[in-house]
Amino acid sequence: MLIATLVLTLLGLTLGGLLGLAARFFAVEEASPIVKEIEGMLPGSQCGQCGFPGCSPAAEAMANGSAEVTCCPPGGRALAENLAKLLDIDLSTLGETAEPQTAVINEDLCTGCTRCYKACPTDAIVGASKQIHVVYADACTGCNQCVDACPEDCISLISEPVTLTRWHWTKPEAA
Amino acid sequence: MDYLLILVSTALVNNIVLVKFLGLCPLMGVSSSVSSAWGMSLATTFVLTLSALLSWLIEHLLLQPLDIEFLRILSFILIIAAVVQFTEVMVRKASPMLHKALGIYLPLITTNCAVLGVALLNINENHNLPESLMFGLGSALGFVIVMVMFAGLRERLALANVPALFTGTPISLITAGLLSLIFMGFSGMI
Repeated sequence: MLIATLVLTLLGLTLGGLLGLAARFFAVEEASPIVKEIEGMLPGSQCGQCGFPGCSPAAEAMANGSAEVTCCPPGGRALAENLAKLLDIDLSTLGETAEPQTAVINEDLCTGCTRCYKACPTDAIVGASKQIHVVYADACTGCNQCVDACPEDCISLISEPVTLTRWHWTKPEAA
Repeated sequence: MDYLLILVSTALVNNIVLVKFLGLCPLMGVSSSVSSAWGMSLATTFVLTLSALLSWLIEHLLLQPLDIEFLRILSFILIIAAVVQFTEVMVRKASPMLHKALGIYLPLITTNCAVLGVALLNINENHNLPESLMFGLGSALGFVIVMVMFAGLRERLALANVPALFTGTPISLITAGLLSLIFMGFSGMI
């Protein structure tokens, strides 16, 4: 009994030690630092609107140039400009960025089922069971996940309303 | 000559997959493309041969002298798991693409019953060290042959006009059955 326990313990310890050494010896360098940096700047809500399964594959694609820096709708223009600065891309070549959108809840239809705020990756929806929920626009990234989760179809995405600080001249038509 | 005989008999006549029916999970799981079948079967070859060798050593240097043969399965699984983990580290280092393609099937080599089966059969048949090494290598070779052959068949099947009732797994199982019948034809050769 004692011998059996000892032998198995020793066997496990030896193998574990060897594996630990192997893991250190054959360690794979993690993704390049630029990918990490881009991923840190992306919203991180893994919404998939860029066409990649999540923010980290999108960051990888942006780093090796196979995706546009403007492909992230939740990040909007500000993110695209920051990414362009980081990746040394000329700002004038960026083209149009999708307007950042935020979710709004139609209070007439909301039943307070709490499904949307469970789905929200950024905790932008406040509310409680049987109480009408509200989207906190500053935290909303427009990732669309609450829209899919809502059983009453009462959430829609809207562009932020134009205010004095957001208004700008429309761009001239391209010839 | 004896060793060659063991090699041929385990690779073809007593094929581990199609005659002894061990390790069917990777046969069905990873055989949808020839390239991933190659990767999977080469990784399994490495694990099978190494674990056949190591389990023989454990059995004869540790378990039998200490009279604790009842721990055989437990310690063999420990060995196999460690070898698989080692293989995974190696594959990730050597070829990240292959690592991505194999996905969950790489750690699943641990539960590939062919690996444990070969280790236990080695003990049952009283092989000595070179014999058990040959037995492991032969089984692995048989596994490679069957995996690659089957993946090739499935790649052609994907283009074939299969009746709707049989598409997917059913036609694969029928193909595997026919392939198994063919391998049964080797029986009695040695």
